[in-house]
Amino acid sequence: MKKILQNSILYLFALLEISPLIFLFAGTFMGNQEVISYIAPVLKKGDGYASWRLFPVFPTLKNIAGLLLDSPEFFQMFWNSVKITAAISAGQLIFGMPAAWGLARYSFVGKRLVYMLYIIMMMMPFQVTMLSEYLVLDWLKLLDTSFAVILPGIFSTFSVFIMYRFFCGIPESIIEAARIDGAGELQIFFRLGIPLGASGIISAMVLSFLECWSMMEQPMTFLKTKSLWPLSLFLPEITGGNAGLSLCASFVALLPAVFIFLAGQEYLEQGIASSAVKG
Amino acid sequence: MGKRNRAGFCFVLPSLVGVFVFYIIPFGDVIRRSFMQAVGNGFAGLDNYRQVFSNQAFCLAAGNTLCFVAVCLPLLLVLSLGVAVLLLEQVKGKNILKSTYLIPLAIPAASVVLLWNIVFDQYGMLNGIISFFHIRGKDWMNSGAAFGVLVFSYIWKNLGYDVVLWIAGLHGIPESIYEAARVDGAGALKCFFYITLPNIRPVAFTVVILSFLNSFKVFREAYLVAGNYPQEQIYLLQHVFNNWFSELSVDKMAAGSVLLCIVLVVFVLLLQRSWDKED
Repeated sequence: MKKILQNSILYLFALLEISPLIFLFAGTFMGNQEVISYIAPVLKKGDGYASWRLFPVFPTLKNIAGLLLDSPEFFQMFWNSVKITAAISAGQLIFGMPAAWGLARYSFVGKRLVYMLYIIMMMMPFQVTMLSEYLVLDWLKLLDTSFAVILPGIFSTFSVFIMYRFFCGIPESIIEAARIDGAGELQIFFRLGIPLGASGIISAMVLSFLECWSMMEQPMTFLKTKSLWPLSLFLPEITGGNAGLSLCASFVALLPAVFIFLAGQEYLEQGIASSAVKG
Repeated sequence: MGKRNRAGFCFVLPSLVGVFVFYIIPFGDVIRRSFMQAVGNGFAGLDNYRQVFSNQAFCLAAGNTLCFVAVCLPLLLVLSLGVAVLLLEQVKGKNILKSTYLIPLAIPAASVVLLWNIVFDQYGMLNGIISFFHIRGKDWMNSGAAFGVLVFSYIWKNLGYDVVLWIAGLHGIPESIYEAARVDGAGALKCFFYITLPNIRPVAFTVVILSFLNSFKVFREAYLVAGNYPQEQIYLLQHVFNNWFSELSVDKMAAGSVLLCIVLVVFVLLLQRSWDKED
């Protein structure tokens, strides 16, 4: 009896969490007519209430083909998202990874202060830094360019924090042994730090990918030109006219994130857990 | 500073420069501006702060944001802890369940907006289901119930994240304590209240703070569903900042950012203290 109750609670929540994905998946393979017949009441064109089906009555690839073949804007925005996400991730590796290593393995004057600063920065919502980011981007003449979103993103300190937690977990004895063998600091970082902290680095990358892919506030504030927009900002624009197509677009837009999620879920969990207990 | 620790500082330096250029220095400028007049360069003292506090939109939004946090935070914590405890005892499908709970992290807000509209519309699916039980539905998005939709979105998005955090904490409680209690005849409820709850306190603090800070992200859903001027009950601080930004009220924005920053720094310092205690 207790087992049944436990199972039903756990699976009910699971169903709740995943239902939007299933819903969008079904919608992707429906024809426009079918979508409209279900949601007519919402569009104020029919009686009763909106409904949905888990499996389309007339499955079709028309919408997905239309999206991939006939909508150049969609591709443009998709590419923008890829570009922004890739640039931020690469930048976080170049700048954030050494910083995490330095904070985790060395003690220098002011380290404690820098660490605190990074933690505080990581916790600030966009609204707090919005004006300051605007001021500096304006000063650097970067507003309304992709860099306005990419550069502040690179120096977001969240990924530093995740990598820091994992670098701290490497036993000092290994590092000490390498030092006795005459390895330089850079060598230790590249030969020991990166391989031994790999799971932390991947965790940070997975988390920041998911964050960047659904980024909205920054591009909304700093990008006026629509051709620079990432997908997350563009999607709402097409919800008006064609319901079938926008369902399909919503689904395709979340696919890369879901792939990264599935490929890196073990790391994702480790990354999240590392902020609760030391990794 | 020894040679080795100087190397440590060099690892951190590039990232630190970036953080200073994009966040710290401009934020200093924001603090300065918060004491300046909007037009001209006169010193305004605390005028801007007074203006913010007497601003109706700000007070409404601050109240709403507080109310939102007060409702959704306890709800999320209780639900996620409950799920985490059950999940830990679950034998079959444990990992699949956990991954399913995390899936919303990979779903961009933009992708679910259309869905939310279909579900929560006056003639949407939710009302369809309710009408089945002969209860009259509401126009969820355009009445006070919009607040509930926002709470739901927040729980949906963050449940898995919190479950993973809790599980990390629960793993830290030695199994032997439970065994000893069971030998003494303690039931599941007793174990939960006398062993699990007291032992999970240090992690609980982290979970509270991270959930609090994540609560700033529901703005995405609120914005996408309802735009810049949503239903009064879901007019949040983020909307105020956005609207000030588009009006270019730099004076109010500066004072508002500083205030919000102070509140959050206090929270972060509390979090830091709880982490330190853990060591």
